[in-house]
Amino acid sequence: MSTTSQHSDAAVADIEAERAGQQRFDEIIAADSRIEPRDWMPAGYRKTLVRQISQHAHSEIIGMQPEANWITRAPSLKRKMILMAKVQDEAGHGLYLYSAAETLGTSREEMVQQLLSGKAKYSSIFNYPARSWADVGAIGWLVDGAAIQNQVPLCRASYAPYGRAMVRVCKEESFHQRQGWEILLELSNGTPEQKQMAQDAVNRFYGPALQMFGPPDDDSPNSQQSMAWNIKRFSNDELRQRFVDMIVPQAEALGLTLPDPDLKWNEERGHYDFGELDWDEFMSVIKGNGPCNVQRMQHRREAHENGAWVREAAAAYAEKQARRQQDAADAHLIGA
Amino acid sequence: MSFTAGDSATKISAGNAITPEDIIAAGAKAPEDVATYAMYLGDDALMLAQRLGHWISRAPEMEEDVALANIAQDQLGHARFLLSYAGSAWDQTEDDLAYFRTEEQFRSCRLVEQENGDFGQTIARQLIFSLYQYELFTRLMDSADETLASVAAKAVKEVTYHVDHAAQWTLRLGDGTDESHRRMQEGLYYMWPYVDELFNDDDLLRDLSERGIAVLPSTLRESFDARIEPILEQATLTVPDVPGAWGGDRSGNFSEHRGHILAEMQVLARQFPQGVTW
Repeated sequence: MSTTSQHSDAAVADIEAERAGQQRFDEIIAADSRIEPRDWMPAGYRKTLVRQISQHAHSEIIGMQPEANWITRAPSLKRKMILMAKVQDEAGHGLYLYSAAETLGTSREEMVQQLLSGKAKYSSIFNYPARSWADVGAIGWLVDGAAIQNQVPLCRASYAPYGRAMVRVCKEESFHQRQGWEILLELSNGTPEQKQMAQDAVNRFYGPALQMFGPPDDDSPNSQQSMAWNIKRFSNDELRQRFVDMIVPQAEALGLTLPDPDLKWNEERGHYDFGELDWDEFMSVIKGNGPCNVQRMQHRREAHENGAWVREAAAAYAEKQARRQQDAADAHLIGA
Repeated sequence: MSFTAGDSATKISAGNAITPEDIIAAGAKAPEDVATYAMYLGDDALMLAQRLGHWISRAPEMEEDVALANIAQDQLGHARFLLSYAGSAWDQTEDDLAYFRTEEQFRSCRLVEQENGDFGQTIARQLIFSLYQYELFTRLMDSADETLASVAAKAVKEVTYHVDHAAQWTLRLGDGTDESHRRMQEGLYYMWPYVDELFNDDDLLRDLSERGIAVLPSTLRESFDARIEPILEQATLTVPDVPGAWGGDRSGNFSEHRGHILAEMQVLARQFPQGVTW
């Protein structure tokens, strides 16, 4: 009998703690303040963040591939240098995002396994091929540009480690966008063939870049909750509109066109109107049927599998070293 | 030669930062023989950067993607300085030399042209080449040629880190698991035939070193051996007992790989007229 009553006492204490935790969490969110890793948080909040941050990390890691594809062929040594630095940054972003997610109690190993098994998603844009050199420019200008639009508000995300990681990510992304812009500007002012290369790249990346903000608000079921938790600050459609408003004058400055006949300034709204995006294509690519889904996953799995013996060696060496140090310490004690 | 925290290997302060553009802007014009020497060293760095660049997104750990990308950028940086300086002798840019020379016109050694293979093979190449470069640049800092001396002074800081990186991995692979030991030892066997030629002298090198401009490679061998042998011993690895491969010199004996490296590196640039900007 006493065991049962102890159990129920513990259960009551748990409920009390939960209630107090929830109340404090709600206060922090209402004050637009920050949640730290040791703070109590609802299970759904934790789960949403792990999913979002790890997806972001996976996107950085998979996102290395289309551009790494051009490192060995970059057409000048200066461009080769900048491109290597950029792809390196993406690996770095992946690493600190995995670290931010780990503060929520999920290990990097587990997140990586979810990526490799296909359970976790990454940004669909990376399932498009980087066929030409100009694609490196278009990825910088449009893809990184869209990413910045998404990520700047995330610097204020209610989960503090995520916000802090995003501050650094955004600084580097803005450099990435500028290098993409510069590549396209150089091509646009170059030979007719170079300009055509730039236009072709923009034509192919425009639609997929606009889709990076996710489905229209009506079809985005998780957005409301994320906004209530101060993780997300603006809706998908709001961010998409801001992005379009930003890139239209930029495209003009580049001397390139955007492949949308419906794109025009709407005086009344004070925004650019733009045409309907191909959401069937979007859903199909997300489901795995994009031009490069299989290739991207295979590349990642191969890197992981081919590296297994190296990681095992590092672990074995660390273990041996620890044992040697212990033995040396023991010998010292015996000697003493 | 220890790499201390806070002493960044890849960033130098604005005060002493030099760029390839600075070399040109400073109006340094290399005499032809010095330019050819700069090409020897610059081509080595360029080939290695190209090889290491291929690892990015394929490394055994994400941290290693970052590390290899760092080393590749350092090597590419050396190549850009050295080829800019070399090109000044013939009014050529770094890109003219990198993208519009044929296989026969490159002057790289065969070691840096060797394929990446597995990570063990890459680390074997890194260990050998970084140690060679460390000895070389340490001495080249005293070159009578000011440009070469300043490039070497910048490069040696970076190469110190490359040596540390390669040595740390050699220890882990050599003294890790049975499989890693086997692979690391095989990597060393694969690369070792191309060690001797790093230390070959030729007429140009003898002449330039007499004038205090170049470092005579043969004089680096003893300190190279003295550094690499203890690392291999500590890693439970053996120095491969294999003779040097025939035919290694910088005047035209190059590997089959060079053509493939250039085919890939130059493919886009060569579809457009020389001088087009990117």
